Amino acid sequence: MGCGMGKSRIQPNKCDRVSISVPAATAIRAALLIQRWYRQYVARLEMRRRCTWNIFQSIEYAGEQDQIKLYHFFGFLMDHFTPASSERNLISHIFRENEVCRDADWERYFCYKDIEVPHSYCGPHLTFPMTFCGVSKLMEAFKLKQQLHARYVLQILGETWRLLRILPNINHVSVCHTKEITICGDLHGQLEDLLLIFYKNGLPSCEKPYVFNGDFVDRGKNSLEILLILFGFLLVYPNEVHLNRGNHEDHIVNLRYGFTKEVLGKYRVHGKKILKLLQKIFSWLPLATVINHKVLVVHGGISDSTDLDTVARMDRHRYVSVLRPPKVIRPTLNGNRAGSGKDEDASGPAEGRRRRVRSLTNTSAPGQRNNIPRRSLHNLPTGGAQLNCSVEDELKERRRLAGFDQTYREVKTLDSDSDPEFGEPTETHGHEWKQIVDLLWSDPMPQNGCFSNEVRGGGCYWGPDVTEEVLGKHNLQLLIRSHECKQDGYEFCHNRRVLTIFSASNYYEVGSNRGAYIRMGPDLVPHFIQYQASRTCRELTLRQSVGWTERSALRALRQQLFVHKSDLVGAFQEFDPNNTGVISLRHWATATERVLKLGLPWRVLRPQLINRAQHGMVDYQQWIRELSITEPKPEVSDTSIMETMYKNHSNLETIFRIIDTDHSGLISFEEFRQTWKLLSSHLKMEISDKVITDLAQSMDFNKDGSIDINEFMEAFRLADLSTHS
Amino acid sequence: MAEDIESEENENILVIHRKITAAFEPFDYESKNTVDVREIGTIMYSLDCFPTQADIREFIAEVEENSSGTVHLDRFMPAMTKVLLENKFPPIPRSKIFQAFKVLDKEQKGFLEPEELTKFMMEEGEPFTQEEMDEMLTAHTNRKENVIYYDKLINKLTADAPK
Repeated sequence: MGCGMGKSRIQPNKCDRVSISVPAATAIRAALLIQRWYRQYVARLEMRRRCTWNIFQSIEYAGEQDQIKLYHFFGFLMDHFTPASSERNLISHIFRENEVCRDADWERYFCYKDIEVPHSYCGPHLTFPMTFCGVSKLMEAFKLKQQLHARYVLQILGETWRLLRILPNINHVSVCHTKEITICGDLHGQLEDLLLIFYKNGLPSCEKPYVFNGDFVDRGKNSLEILLILFGFLLVYPNEVHLNRGNHEDHIVNLRYGFTKEVLGKYRVHGKKILKLLQKIFSWLPLATVINHKVLVVHGGISDSTDLDTVARMDRHRYVSVLRPPKVIRPTLNGNRAGSGKDEDASGPAEGRRRRVRSLTNTSAPGQRNNIPRRSLHNLPTGGAQLNCSVEDELKERRRLAGFDQTYREVKTLDSDSDPEFGEPTETHGHEWKQIVDLLWSDPMPQNGCFSNEVRGGGCYWGPDVTEEVLGKHNLQLLIRSHECKQDGYEFCHNRRVLTIFSASNYYEVGSNRGAYIRMGPDLVPHFIQYQASRTCRELTLRQSVGWTERSALRALRQQLFVHKSDLVGAFQEFDPNNTGVISLRHWATATERVLKLGLPWRVLRPQLINRAQHGMVDYQQWIRELSITEPKPEVSDTSIMETMYKNHSNLETIFRIIDTDHSGLISFEEFRQTWKLLSSHLKMEISDKVITDLAQSMDFNKDGSIDINEFMEAFRLADLSTHS
Repeated sequence: MAEDIESEENENILVIHRKITAAFEPFDYESKNTVDVREIGTIMYSLDCFPTQADIREFIAEVEENSSGTVHLDRFMPAMTKVLLENKFPPIPRSKIFQAFKVLDKEQKGFLEPEELTKFMMEEGEPFTQEEMDEMLTAHTNRKENVIYYDKLINKLTADAPK
């Protein structure tokens, strides 16, 4: 402190001011008071931040679980319903991932040569083989929000596919003094983050190797641009750029999380072809990278059965989607053969992969731990060996709801569509499949042990003992993984033997988290660089942005509460046998968790969610009314279907996109009806034809009687207009 | 009468126990009813207590599992219950905080310069770390004039305060 330091022009003689003394004791007391008071404020902010985080994460994982449930449901249909031609074909195509037999045929299908680039095109022109200039041009164009012509997209993708096919399952990389390596985590379509990383760290080159650890796509709106840039660099520097597959490099996941929609939106004519080629590319992405034989980099993590030798040996491209294990032939209850090896991604009971049906209710007592990986998933039975007589009836019911034929018929054993290269799936494939799922979907947990990750629906939770075991087995010293968003962009666990790196900043909401990347030299000590891609964000402290993020999380949570209205009221009424209209806050918390199953600390959240609680009691009907969610305009006579629609927004959209086989974005009324039939079967609900027709009529159909999927989904998106935030 | 009072007290204690458990849980990462000792301060704050750092240290000394760095709920619960029943670390009234700032604001300007505040916060009492100081300054300094209007600051922070 001294003269001349101050920027203030208010007090000219700053020196004098400072030298005026305050009785020391008073000053100390004052300072103490302020410090105490301020620290309390900061601690409460931290609590709120953690809570907000939990909200976002729970909702995110519940969504993933939902997706897997839906996919399993389709598998169930495929396994147990004989083809009634058109209906089954609505969805069967998603299981037929190798429609044309040989690579040569595929090359013809993907050929870009006939695609003309018109003179009016003002985006970048690319020449091949790809050069550094080409990729730079691409990046500049994307910064200017230009779009690459479909011809060039297919060309890049084609070249990438050819290159990936000769890469091994596990990349081995060496780092030396002149060549530090950079490791990036999830990007999720957030182009600003990738550009920020390149800006801060430099572009990939012979001297600057990079590892990108999966999840390049979905959620953000520039997934395709990110892929094209990464593939571009891969083509130019194949020895220095390494891409690992993430769980979102999976076409089934993409149906739900936005990548499919993005591609089809940007490329109306060639989108379908691009998506198909990407399917292949994703299946050919390497599964892991090992640095200096000591550091393993993989997207999700490991399990107690992870064996890198098996991983290195397998045909990774068999597993186009990792969401279901490869099918093994087994007879059904009736002795009919319910399909065969043609459906590569169908499930089976082989090698003891039984999934137990879990009860829907959360078995932990109210107010108990929120931090154990939550196990309240209802798994659909998938194995034929588990079927018993009563399921026969369930099958019939499902078929009826789905509008399928009532009669069983023999299935033709093999399509001419199957890929002869793959032959019949075997037990080995089941084992290999598990290796991949574990690598791409698992999460670490603090306790020892290893068990199924029911929250996400795929992979495992693994403990520090498993880390030691697997790292020890392969003589490794560090596991770097991504897959989970972290407040500071990175986080160690398991005694610093596991490192999570996440590169998508502001992932949940503006200001929710920083992104980070790792620099590593031959000493294999990770150094972190953090960032946050947003002009407004950088000026806020992380704590200031808590308020913003929190409001957003609460909005999302209120939506979840709203869509479960009926179930909530039902649950509340169980605690209100005398119909007084009020229940205690404790019961409110119990009931809410029972319905939403998000594992959130409802008691802590209560003040944010319930305005009026007199004497520890809440008027639940009024509370629900006051959730302040406005319903969108189109009104339908049957309100329960509205609720179904909100609850199953993503499921509906996924089914629509599956049914829309020509990827036109439009479906016919009949397909619309079929979608609802499928959904009602999945949810085991009755939805009458009349209700569906009413619903369709409330929509503004295009003149040719087709429905625009995007428009439909938008029309039924909930808007939260709550003002008290 | 005595019975009523007693049962009301018991009810009160039950409520307190539930509150303490709810505050403890989010930090019990391994579901073993233990938390890291470094979280104790945050837990106490979240229960609407305003201890000084010295108070927190003293409390920890009472409840920590022989310098293991962890605190078990079995010891935390009775100690914390006592704190809450005795209202040992009550919230600071707004007027008192205002007075404290006024003490630091010798000329009664109504605001503090960042350098002034820093000097006090980092040299007196239970000093802030550089990180804490940076955080406070970034969050609450008026950008245009580069000063801290403490009445505004107090208003902002007490708006959030426990009711």
